[in-house]
Parts: sequence; structure tokens; C-alpha cells
Amino acid sequence: MKQVIEGNQAVAIGAKLCRPKVIASYPITPSTHIPELISEFVANGELDAEFINVESEHSAISACLGAQATGVRTFTATGSQGLALMHEILYVAAGMRLPIVISVANRSLSAPLNIWGDNCDTMAERDSGWLQFHSERNQDALDLVIQAYKIAENKEVLLPAMVTIDAYSLTHTYEIVDVPSQEEVDAFLPGYKPLHACLDPENPITQGACAMPEDYMEFKYAQQKAMQTAEKVVDDVFEEFENKFGRKYRKIEPYRTDDAEIILLTMGSMTGTAREAVDKLRERGTKVGLAKITVFRPFPKKELITVTKGANLLAVIDRNISLGLGGATFADVSSAYINAADRPLILNTILGLGGRDPTVENFCEIVDRSKEVMKTGKVERPVEWINVRKEDVT
Amino acid sequence: MKNPFSHEVKIVGKITVGARITQPGNSMEYKTGSWRSYKPIIDKEKCKKCGICVTYCPDASIKRTEDIPVIDYDYCKGCGICAIECPSHAIIMKPEV
Repeated sequence: MKQVIEGNQAVAIGAKLCRPKVIASYPITPSTHIPELISEFVANGELDAEFINVESEHSAISACLGAQATGVRTFTATGSQGLALMHEILYVAAGMRLPIVISVANRSLSAPLNIWGDNCDTMAERDSGWLQFHSERNQDALDLVIQAYKIAENKEVLLPAMVTIDAYSLTHTYEIVDVPSQEEVDAFLPGYKPLHACLDPENPITQGACAMPEDYMEFKYAQQKAMQTAEKVVDDVFEEFENKFGRKYRKIEPYRTDDAEIILLTMGSMTGTAREAVDKLRERGTKVGLAKITVFRPFPKKELITVTKGANLLAVIDRNISLGLGGATFADVSSAYINAADRPLILNTILGLGGRDPTVENFCEIVDRSKEVMKTGKVERPVEWINVRKEDVT
Repeated sequence: MKNPFSHEVKIVGKITVGARITQPGNSMEYKTGSWRSYKPIIDKEKCKKCGICVTYCPDASIKRTEDIPVIDYDYCKGCGICAIECPSHAIIMKPEV
């Protein structure tokens, strides 16, 4: 049924449809509506679950971890400082192979204190062993939560997953969302039946044990292998979802890339604006296309190289900054091409930090700069910040 | 010593998913005595068989017997608590060489 809802509602409804048994959450702007709504679902009987009010995000994810270790599906939502406070436990959940699913409202990190959008928070957790799915629209947020459970819980994967929505441009923005029925979701996502992590007095196990140097590395290697397996599982689940619900998801979603000389690489809600810029530039005869990253972990290296085949320049756009280097996506993208025989020039643009809205003009400016670089074939400034008052920084 | 992680639904080869341990009590197989740098030795002459060392040993490595207590050197880590607590000063800590 189609409903006009905000991104936070889409996440909350998506989570409810997955029937988590425990939700532990601590409110943080701009994701607060998610636990608010879920607590209502629990209170009014729509969702049969325990809702735990905790005193911090560290406790929220710890409670989810403990509950998940008993063998039930769990959920929580956070963003920004909240995700940063979860940092320690994110690694523990991944190492213990507990397929927890959380939603992250992408918000900048302090200081200065800022409650608006960029994805520095999620990028800071890219090494934690969590699968990462990024939403462009509210529909994606709902659909990706459902698919994230299915991927995370696959017995060959068993990794936790985070689904992101951008602060305000999704969290608080109302869009039409096709909400599937409970029956449809039940048919797609059966109940969680863990073989590896559950509380069973008949078969006692120890979880979260110490591993000495003789064993530790094998467990990390196993996580890496699970990430590699997830590459295939993501494709399978996306395909099954498309067959059942008619909506197609891809790790890297191309737009007008077929004959494109320049390809913009985006993530999250800025993609809609970038697509508008592509259309505008195409009308003027510029051969520009766009590729959107939906799955950031495991990093879709192969798909990226396929999509950009034939392009002369790839303009990677980051709403985050790894200070001292450049954008986080740029670093990963560059490494994807390191041994590729045929690779485009790669430029990085930093924009939209702390909720500064990326505009159509910003993307046109990136394309203009790309054209200049293509003329000489030399990238002198690989990382450029735009829409920033450089003159004010002395 | 058997690998404590190696007995389980084998999804990834010989180690378990998420490092879970499926054999309760398998710490018995791990001889922590090798950590010891000082070895407690009970002086049979001074020992009053009070059992305070048995109570205080954090690793349950000292057993009461009909005679003086017996230290299980497979698990004694050499912390020295027994030597400190012994009211008769009957336990000396001898450096392991």
C-alpha cells in the first residue's frame, strides 16, 4: 500500500515488518522518530517485541548484541555521535558474527556540534566488519532494511548490517513509499533461526571468548571471507526481492553511463540532485553519466569497474572527509582500480559537509572541472573542496 | 591441546563462526602453568594444614589432602597469593629457571 511517509517512518515500518524481538535504542537527532515509532508499535501490540530504554548508544548496541546472542532478531537506530559511541561494540558484534541490523541517520560528527547531514559517521565505521547499505530515497530505506536482514542472516554471511538514510533530506522528508504487507515480507524473510549463536541449555556454548594469537587471525580471515561471500548473496537477495516486490536494487546503479565520458559517483540522497544535473548537461550535449553506490561494504569493486568501462574520467563525490587524505569513497574507489588495466582519471570532490545541501550547480561545476582535467589528461589536484568559503580560512 | 574452537557446525573450516566455544569446561585443556615465573613450594615442616592457601588460590590449583595441600602445577600461574596469605609462612616462591 502506498503511503506518504518520512524516511524515519519508512525505516521504522520496515523494521517492524521484519518482526525483530528486541529493540534497544537511545534517541538521537535526526533518527529519534524511529525508536519513537517502534516503541508505539510495541506499546499498541502491533509488534510483539521487547523495547528496552537504555542510557546510551553503547548500551543500546550492547543490549542488541546480548539479545541477538540468545538467538533472536534485533534492531536499533542511531546516527552521528551515537554511532561513534557504539564503535567498540560494532566490532564485537561483527566478530561474534551476530547479524544485527541497525539504521543510521547520516549526520556529521562534532566538533563543531552540528546535527545536519553528511556521512562521516558511517564512513568512520567502514572497517568494522558491518555490511553497509545506503539509501537514496525513503523507499530504499524501507526495502534495504528488509533485504539487509536477509543478507546478514544468510548462513554463509552472518555479518551485521547498517542501513543509512541521510539526515533531514530523508529522515524528515515525506515521500511516497510502497509499503509491502506483512504476509509479503514474511514470505520473503522467514523467522531468524540461528545455528551458531543461541541460548540453549541443552547445548551450552561460550560466546565472545578470547582467541589467542594462534587463532585470532583465522577469525578475522573468516570475517573477510564472509564479506566476499556476501558479494554474491547481495546479488541473489536483490534479485529475489525484485521478483517478489518489483523493485530493483543494484550495488552500483548506473544512470546514462552507456556512452558517458565523465561519470559522477555518488552515494545517498545527493544522487537525485546529481541525476538532475546529468539530465541538464546531457541536454547541452555533455556526455556525462552517473553511478550510485548502494552497497559500500562489501565494496563493489567489480561492478564499479564494469560500470565505468569506457569512461575517461570518474568524478568521485564525497559528503565526508578523511582528514589528511580526501574522501573515504575516493580512497576505496582508487584502490579498486589500482591493478585495473584500463582505468579512468579519478577526481575527488568534497562537498555537503554538515548539512550544506549539494546543488545541481555544484555537480555542473564538478563536470566543468572534469572537462578541464580531461583536456590535459593530468590530475594535479585530485581532491577538491567545493562550495566552501576558502577565503575565510586563513 | 585440542583447539577449543574446532568442534562445531563447520561453516568455515576448522574454526567456529564467531569464535564460540561449544565444549563447556574445556579450559582444563589449557595448561596455564606455563605462565608461571615463580613456583610456590610448601615447606612440609612449617605447614599447619589450615587450608587457607586452598581457599585463597584464585585458580583452584591447590587441593586439600590428608597430608599437606598439593599444588597442581599444570594450572598454578605463580601469582603468590598463597605465599602471602599463609599464616605460617610455609610457602616460598622459588624463581622458575
